[in-house]
Amino acid sequence: MTGIVTFLTKGSRPFWLALLVITWALSTWSFPLYKALGARWIIKFPKKYELSLDTWISNAMTWLVEDAHFILFTFRDLTRFIAAMIEIPYRIMRSLLIDGFSLGQGQQAIEIAPSISWIAIIGAMAALAFYAKNRALAWLAGLCFAYLAVFGQWESAMVTLASVLIAVPIGVGGGLALGILSYRHPWFERLLRPLLDLMQTVPVFAYLVPILFLFGFGPVSALVATVIYAMPPMVRVATVALHSVPEEIIEAGRMVGSKPRQLMWKVLVPTALPSLMVGVNQVIMLSLNMVIIASMIGAGGLGYDVLTSLRRLDIGGGIEAGLAIVVMAIALDRVSQAFAIRRVRPRPDPSKPLYLRYPLLSFVMALTVITTLLGLWIPAFRLYPEALTITTGSIWSTIMEWINVTFFDTLEAIKTFFLTYLLLPVKRFFTGIPWAWGIIVMGLISARLGGWKLGLMAALMTLFIAANGLWAKAMITVYLVSVSVLIASAIGIPLGVWAGQNARANTVIGTLIDTLQTLPSFVYLIPVVMLFRVGDFSAMIAVVLYALAPAVRYAAHGIRSIDPELIDAGKAAGCTDRQLLVRIKMPLAAPSLLLGLNQTIMLALSMLVITALVGTRDLGQEVYIALTKANTGQGIIAGLSVAFIAIMADRIVTALARTSQERLGVK
Amino acid sequence: MTKLTILSAALLTAVSATTALAEVESLDPIKLTTHDWTGQIITTTIMGEVLKKAGYNVEYVQADYIAQFAGLKTGDLHVAMEIWETTGREAMDDATNSGNVVNMGSTGMDAVEEWWYPAYMEKVCPGLPDWKALNDCAAEFATPETAPMGRYLGGPVTWGGFDDERVEALEMDFEVVHAGTDAALFAELESAYQREAPIVLWIYSPHWATAKYDGKFVQFPPYSAECYSDPSVGMNPDAAYDCGKPTGPIWKVAWTGVADKWPGAADAIKAFDIDNDAMGTLVGRVDLDGESIDAVVADWMANNEANWSSWIK
Repeated sequence: MTGIVTFLTKGSRPFWLALLVITWALSTWSFPLYKALGARWIIKFPKKYELSLDTWISNAMTWLVEDAHFILFTFRDLTRFIAAMIEIPYRIMRSLLIDGFSLGQGQQAIEIAPSISWIAIIGAMAALAFYAKNRALAWLAGLCFAYLAVFGQWESAMVTLASVLIAVPIGVGGGLALGILSYRHPWFERLLRPLLDLMQTVPVFAYLVPILFLFGFGPVSALVATVIYAMPPMVRVATVALHSVPEEIIEAGRMVGSKPRQLMWKVLVPTALPSLMVGVNQVIMLSLNMVIIASMIGAGGLGYDVLTSLRRLDIGGGIEAGLAIVVMAIALDRVSQAFAIRRVRPRPDPSKPLYLRYPLLSFVMALTVITTLLGLWIPAFRLYPEALTITTGSIWSTIMEWINVTFFDTLEAIKTFFLTYLLLPVKRFFTGIPWAWGIIVMGLISARLGGWKLGLMAALMTLFIAANGLWAKAMITVYLVSVSVLIASAIGIPLGVWAGQNARANTVIGTLIDTLQTLPSFVYLIPVVMLFRVGDFSAMIAVVLYALAPAVRYAAHGIRSIDPELIDAGKAAGCTDRQLLVRIKMPLAAPSLLLGLNQTIMLALSMLVITALVGTRDLGQEVYIALTKANTGQGIIAGLSVAFIAIMADRIVTALARTSQERLGVK
Repeated sequence: MTKLTILSAALLTAVSATTALAEVESLDPIKLTTHDWTGQIITTTIMGEVLKKAGYNVEYVQADYIAQFAGLKTGDLHVAMEIWETTGREAMDDATNSGNVVNMGSTGMDAVEEWWYPAYMEKVCPGLPDWKALNDCAAEFATPETAPMGRYLGGPVTWGGFDDERVEALEMDFEVVHAGTDAALFAELESAYQREAPIVLWIYSPHWATAKYDGKFVQFPPYSAECYSDPSVGMNPDAAYDCGKPTGPIWKVAWTGVADKWPGAADAIKAFDIDNDAMGTLVGRVDLDGESIDAVVADWMANNEANWSSWIK
């Protein structure tokens, strides 16, 4: 008995080898085994023991929407009240940016005040960038916003900007509040952590239906979904940032007699501000990631333009609107990052007149008033004149057609090669694994790497997936993710290593990665389908393109953060560049590479749900079907299954990273 | 000073406009849903513009095709202009049975959904559009993943359509591959059409594709309700679905409260009528020629005044 226990927990190579061989054998022969023994339960979870959790959840949802009430008002009244509270600032923001203010309804409406001139908005953005950093950033931000006007994306972009400007403060405020609570009460943090994991890993599609039911149809539901998706990093960053405020500073605060509230808002939060800004930046970027999905449920804006362009196969239109999202993301990202590292500057001299004390603010105010007033008479000041917009027109479609006609056969051959030698074998391996062995093996792997608690958790999570009848779809998910992650790492890590060693490569690769991450995947999904047809291969390409970023970033970071003394030591010992890389840099960067792997897996999983739009038969499809059929229970169960796979992968890779860090003695 | 004059002038026009349109029952906006395909948005915009001419206020709300029924039942949303017999029947029946949603009659358009092939395939596969001829040259439609079977690109699984069952019942040598969205469906068609490569896929009409691409629907044994429900009917005595897909009207539905709150609007919605050809042309102008929906609708309104003004009488 002890022998087995030691073998399972201590033995190294034999353990992994045995596990692999057994899994492989079972996967290959599970079907003959079922035929020979007449035991169908081997390959399929018995129907009669399947949980009907999805029906319960759907029923609970119906009850919540239709019957639940707190004596004076119903649950729905409560959510509708919240919806109205969000809608008011949203409407004001939209009126300010694009719609203009008006009184009355529909045709009886009278405009009482115009929206801000486009010139003033570009000016304000540039001024903000100048305030945050310098002239170069001001140019960048100004040009990014000018792109929106020149390419005729202004109106949609302002609708998107309005929702970002509402979602971000709610996400940041809520995140900070939860972060403060977590900082003050460790029990709250313990309670919140699994919830945050779920918020980050359950695909958005899974909870869109209940949100629509509760918050009504329209932009508010899209805002709520965006906040749920974008808030978790803020909570995490806030908790960590508050914890890492030096004890001396807190002591100093206490010595001058601060009350807890004063300590928090006058000492802790200001000290942690640079770190908190990192969280703000994350919230902004994630909100922009949600633009496409939000537009599916009524947010309108740029996401809607991308969707409708691609539905009529107007690839150029899709790319232009998609790039509009990218430039907006770049402008907002760079400016918010600049705020994160901005040095505190001396307060202006109070003896000067107001407009000299705040020259930038005065400039923006003056610009706004003048251009907006001019806009009342000259339409060109209010909206960028349509005659001056430019478009790439059909150039993109023509290029696409040329590639399609010229290279299709070559691409087809490459695709067939990958399908035959990589995708299909891996698919057969994963889909063959009997569910019962799957539970055992997940338990064993996790227990071996992270202790018995993790093992038990993994086994239970796997059981949950199997018991809800989702085993086959889950295995297809695992297969697609593992193949995509493999290829993303094979491309991403060398790129990252190169970027880590060469500053010029870093600039080029960095820009490429930023674009790939913020460009809505739908933009490249449709061309990919044109070249590779509907199927797993197209899905894989889309996932690889999206999940490449962390593999590159973490590899570059890992290489850059190696202690230079170690490299010098290697050089002194006479290592060639190649030896330096293979023997010193790569092993030392291993923990960083593993963290990158972790993130790659997370992004691949989140992307899988989008690839259901091309037609994969995995959990992503299950979630998507549930969405289109408005089946709350089915969506949440499939969403939870995706989340569980993500959580298991995260814990296992984190455990691996920890052991490799300990082995190397680095932090 | 000038600004003040403009404002008061605007106020004056607004006041006079209000008096002119005072006969409508309620000024609350009527919420019409829009989905993600152009034809539906055009239908809805025409309806909305006509209602505006009658003095009603309208608001377009973007909502999912199936999910919208939840909103229609509670009165969050008011009118849905296109519910296809072929894809929306179940959800529509479910909603009308609740008593909170009513069918406002047909839009005058007929939905067609069937297997479709580009005209150049007739050279490779003589005998088309007959389905037996299609089956005889199934190998022409094979791809490395499906060989030796032919590849048929079906709609998203959520569309239903019973293609897997049809292939089984008619013993066709085809494998059904489901696209995830209709954007993916038409992306593949565009790609194949550019290369004149073999393809057979699910197409629906009214849609711009039938205007842009030259091709035909495959002719299956004609649909009957019994064919779907009774295995013994049709050429395969042991299987249902051994026939083509049903065609049927595209319906309009509304929240029950519409007739109480805006009776005049309800009558106009019931009277709405347009045919496949007219709609096909409008959709083509938007999706193929790149005109804006508003411009196309405004043009239609100008040319068909006699038609739509009878709806709001």
